[in-house]
Parts: sequence; structure tokens; C-alpha cells
Amino acid sequence: MITQGKFGKYGGVFVPELIIPALEELEKAFLKYKDDKKFNEELDYYLREFAGRPTGLYYASNLSEKLGCKIYLKREDMLHTGAHKINNTLGQGLLAKYMGKTRLIAETGAGQHGIATAVVGAMLKIPVEVYMGSEDVERQKLNVFRMELSGASVTPVETGSCTLKDAINEAFRDWITNVETTHYLIGSTMGPHPYPTMVKHFQSVIGRETRKQILEKEDKLPDAVIACVGGGSNSMGIFSGFIDDKDVELIGVEGGGDGVGTKRTGATLCGGTEGVLHGSLSFVLQDDDGQINEASSISAGLDYPGVGPEHAYLHVTGRAKYVAVTDKEALEGFEVLSKYEGIIPALESSHAVAYAIKYAKKEENKGKTIVINLSGRGDKDMFIVAKEMGEEV
Amino acid sequence: MKAQEAKTGTQIGEGQKTGEGKRARSRIKSKSYAEMFEEVKSKGEGAFIPFVVAGDPNFETSIQIVKKLVEGGADALEIGFTFSDPVADGPTVQSADIRAFKAGMTTKKGFEFVKKLRKFTNIPVGLLVYYNLIYKMGIEEFYKNAAESGVNGVLAADLPPEEAGDAVVAAKKYGVDPIFLAAQTTSNDRLKQIVDMCSGFLYVVSVMGVTGARSEVKTSTVELIERMRGHTDTPLCVGFGISKPEHVAEVIKAGSDGAIVGSALIRVIEENLNDLAFMKEKIKDSCSKLKEATRR
Repeated sequence: MITQGKFGKYGGVFVPELIIPALEELEKAFLKYKDDKKFNEELDYYLREFAGRPTGLYYASNLSEKLGCKIYLKREDMLHTGAHKINNTLGQGLLAKYMGKTRLIAETGAGQHGIATAVVGAMLKIPVEVYMGSEDVERQKLNVFRMELSGASVTPVETGSCTLKDAINEAFRDWITNVETTHYLIGSTMGPHPYPTMVKHFQSVIGRETRKQILEKEDKLPDAVIACVGGGSNSMGIFSGFIDDKDVELIGVEGGGDGVGTKRTGATLCGGTEGVLHGSLSFVLQDDDGQINEASSISAGLDYPGVGPEHAYLHVTGRAKYVAVTDKEALEGFEVLSKYEGIIPALESSHAVAYAIKYAKKEENKGKTIVINLSGRGDKDMFIVAKEMGEEV
Repeated sequence: MKAQEAKTGTQIGEGQKTGEGKRARSRIKSKSYAEMFEEVKSKGEGAFIPFVVAGDPNFETSIQIVKKLVEGGADALEIGFTFSDPVADGPTVQSADIRAFKAGMTTKKGFEFVKKLRKFTNIPVGLLVYYNLIYKMGIEEFYKNAAESGVNGVLAADLPPEEAGDAVVAAKKYGVDPIFLAAQTTSNDRLKQIVDMCSGFLYVVSVMGVTGARSEVKTSTVELIERMRGHTDTPLCVGFGISKPEHVAEVIKAGSDGAIVGSALIRVIEENLNDLAFMKEKIKDSCSKLKEATRR
């Protein structure tokens, strides 16, 4: 590898030798094209015309009034396919095209990253195969249908726990086998180098826009930026715009499930320990023996037992603070934003909303300016939320 | 199973009473990889190395399976430790991992497993693990335990040379051979880096893919072995996708010092879980046939 891909000691390339040449090729291409004029013009075009960038920074006046703070929402939920995922799939899809790859593979949990990959594959005319745990295929039939409508083939994964981490294992196995023709389009700031760096790069557009927009609106930087953290791509995207502004508090909100310390949790930084999973050293949920535990969260996007290595670094250095909110609290956040602002957030983003409410209620935070990264919209979560509320839809 | 383990404990305990060097004395002194390859070569054969997962389908049966492999003529053993996310392995090995995990296997019990098989065999034993098991136990602690239990070499499937510095230092400190993978896609520059760190043998992957039985061996194996031979005197063993005696004969003929077969043997375990006596005989029989194929 040309660069090390380490954040402090975290990150790295913990993968079988068979994958290393592909990572070297990918790193080389990424380093070449990330500053390439033609590549960036093409990417900007698609981000604007296909995905719908820039997204707004919306002043949530009703919620602000209720909480006595200034609350802004970065509207990634307005993007094509309903979430920030498309920023990265466009970037990597285009990179794969420039590299001459003829096939894209991706893993998906709830299906959001799978859909964002499928539509980009359709648009760029590159065949897509999506690996999805068989349990998730069952739970997310609608999203499977959406992916298939865009021409992707969805392969159910029947190994291990039959969920996201097993879909990732299976995608790696595919890549090991078809490395010369295939690009593995990882959906978050996780995996071996160069993925954490590359995905952050493609998501950093969120941070750049937000910084510019808040300066235009407030003529100052926000006091806090709050985003949910699963693998960590939307949070890393928005944090990247403020990381050097030491006075801006960066807060990552993990899926607490039933609560940190319980068996049903997805809070990797709050409740996990250091370990190596899916190519990098970071924090993981594991037992004393180093076996990886299954994660659990009401939100499929936060339901992952690992977390991107740069978040581990920001966590141990204290530059960002990581907290967890429970499923129950996230549902409250979901309801509050829907009711007060007429904006239905994804369950993932609802975690950020829920913590922002908690934060704003603290006496010392009165009057502060807070940006919430509204990473996705809640349309996909209707059935889950209705079930939790005891409603029939 | 518990009674059996308790008995093992007593035996080690008795050995310990005899004073200095007690641990080594309670086991057979093992052959090094170098000695084994030398011996096999002098007979004009290649080495046959079967792979099974420790504790598949349970601790005691797994020990008996290993015994049958030894009786069947294995020249060395590759022993896998169960891991929840084995990305380099196909479905057959992952199923074995899951059976072993469900039967209560852990890394610590894996070392007990090696100690126990050291009571009846002196052939080299290599571990095939994933790095998180090493990292979680503590790198130093892991290699210390490996050496003390009678392990000759350790291959961590997801530990390429750029991340292996600390592990290699610890392995060498405790006299354990750090074993690495090399594949068709490995460039000559990388190969140099790998062979500098590697000892015992170099694990050559002749196919592009994960572990698992395949119907034929790739034709470019000869070329691959010649290229690797140009970089190192370390013995070469080909694994991944080798399942039949013909494949073994082919890779040995191509110049490999040894052949590793895993999934095909694990399938025998998987298909005969309800008939242990038959399973063990079939394992021994398969192993003999695979070994026979190394006699060029």
C-alpha cells in the first residue's frame, strides 16, 4: 500500500493475502482520481443532477422554540434513494468505472446501501450483486424488490447469524474469488484501508456544505454537530467539515438497543472493546474469547458489531464524544420530529434527534446552535414504527 | 466430555510434580517442520497435511478424528480454531467453526486440544486462526500458550505482512514458526516481504477464492510454484481447493513440498455426524488415499 490507512493505531489492512493486490489497485486509483478534474466534474454532475445535491440546512423553528436552542437539520433525507448513502455509491461506482471494473458487489443490512448501489449500477450500466443476510431479506422484502427493479441481483446469505456481518463476510469471499473484474462497494467508513478514508472522502461533501451553510445563516460555527453512528459514514461525513474547529462539539450517537451493557445493543464504542473485524482494528462487540457478538438495534443501519476505525480514534483522543440512545428513546425522537416539524426521519437519524433533544434540555446548553445530520428519511421504517406503536398499516 | 478433560488435567498435574521440564516431559517432543519436510523428501514423497477445526463436532470426537488422521499417514496437522467471522473460508469450514463453537470451543480450549494430541503424536502442528483471537488474548500471551501447548506454527488468515510485525516478533520469541499465505495475485515485491517473515512453510493458494472443495486444480500451479521457488528455500505447501488424491498428486508433481486438504475431510465429518464409528474409519481411509497420492 502507498499510504498506511491508520488513525492512531486503528485501521489497517487485516485481510487475507488474496485481497491485498485489489486493495493496492483501489488505493492507487483512489489517490489518482480523487484530485482528478474530469473525475470530480463528472461526480459533481451526478451528485447534483442524479442525487439532488446540495441538500438544505433547514432551521427547525418549532423544535428550536420548544427546546430553547437553535436547531438545524442537514437534509440528507432529501437525496435520491432517501439517505446519504448515495454520495458514496456514486463516488465508488464512478471510480469502479474509471478502473474498468465490470461488476459491482455490495453488502446491505436493511437494504439502503443495496438500493443506493443498485441505482448507481443501473445508471452507470454496471451489473450489481447485493449480498444480504437471509433474515434481512425476509424482514425487508420491499427493499429487495426495489433493488431488483433497478436490475440488481440480491443473494441471500445463509451463513452465521444470517445478518449484515455475514453479508459482509460473503461479499469479501466473492471479492477474493472475482477480484480482477469486480469492485466491492463498501457502504460505510469501515473495512480495510483504503475504504475508511475513501468513504469519508466521498461523504465529506456533507461536512463541506454544512459548514458553508451554517456560516451563511448564523455567521458563526455551530456549538455542536450531532449524527448517528453505525459503521459511521454519515457522521464521519459531517464531522469532517468541523474536525479542525476545536470549539465545535462533535457527538456520535450509537444504537443503544435495550441499553449499553445489555445483550441487545449496537453501541460499539460505548460498550465494546478493541478488536479486529472486517479488515480493520477498531472497537467491536465481542466475548472474552474474541468471538464477535451479534449487534441489536431497532434501526437496521446501526445494527452492526463494529465501527469505523477513525471513530475509534476520535473516541480515544476525545475529539468526538460518543453516546448511545435506546430503541425507546429513538422512537420518541422519531415521533417528535414528525409531529413538530413534519419531517419523518429514518430510525437511524432518529437516534441523533433523540440525543439532540436530551442535549438541548440540559441547562448548560440553553441557547446553543446545534446541527443534526438528518441522514435519511423514515419511509422505509413505517412498518417497524407502526408495529412498535401498536398500529395496523 | 467433562470427565475426559478432568482426566487430562490430572495427567498434566502428575507430570508437573516431577520438577523441571515437567511440561515437556508429559508430552512427546515434536518434530520441527524442517525435520518433517527433510524426512518426507528423503523418501521421495510430498508432505500430506490435513486440516480440521479443533472441537468439530466436539472436543473428544475431534481428538479421535485427529488420531485417525495420524494413523492415516498425515505428515503434519493444520488445526483451525473456531471464529465467528471466517472471511477466508468457504461454507464447509464455517459450518465446522459453528459446530465447534456450539460444542463450547474457545481459544483456551483449543490449546488444551493441542496439548492432548501431543500425547499421541509428534508430527508438526500448525494453527489456522483469525487475528482477532490472537489480539484479544494478547499477542505475547497467544504465542506463549501456543509454544507451551506444542504448536509448531501459526497462520493467521487475515494477517498480511504489513500488519504482522508484532506477531512475528512474539512468534520468534517463543520458537513458533510464523506461516503466511501467498497467492497468484501476490507480486514478486510482496513475495519478498512475505518470505522474509515466513518460516516453517509457505502456504501457497493456487486458486482465487476461499477454502472449499473444487473439481479441478488450476493449470497454472506449476508456474506459480516455480515463481515462488525462485524467491525462497522455505518449503511450499499448496492449499485451498485441493480435495482429491489426483489434486494432491498434481500439486506434488508440480513441485510443491506438501498439499493441504481441509474441506473434503470436514465434509466427511459433516456427512457422518450420526455414525461416529463410520466417520472415523472414513476419515482414516480418505487420509491414507490422500497421503498415498504424495508418493510420486
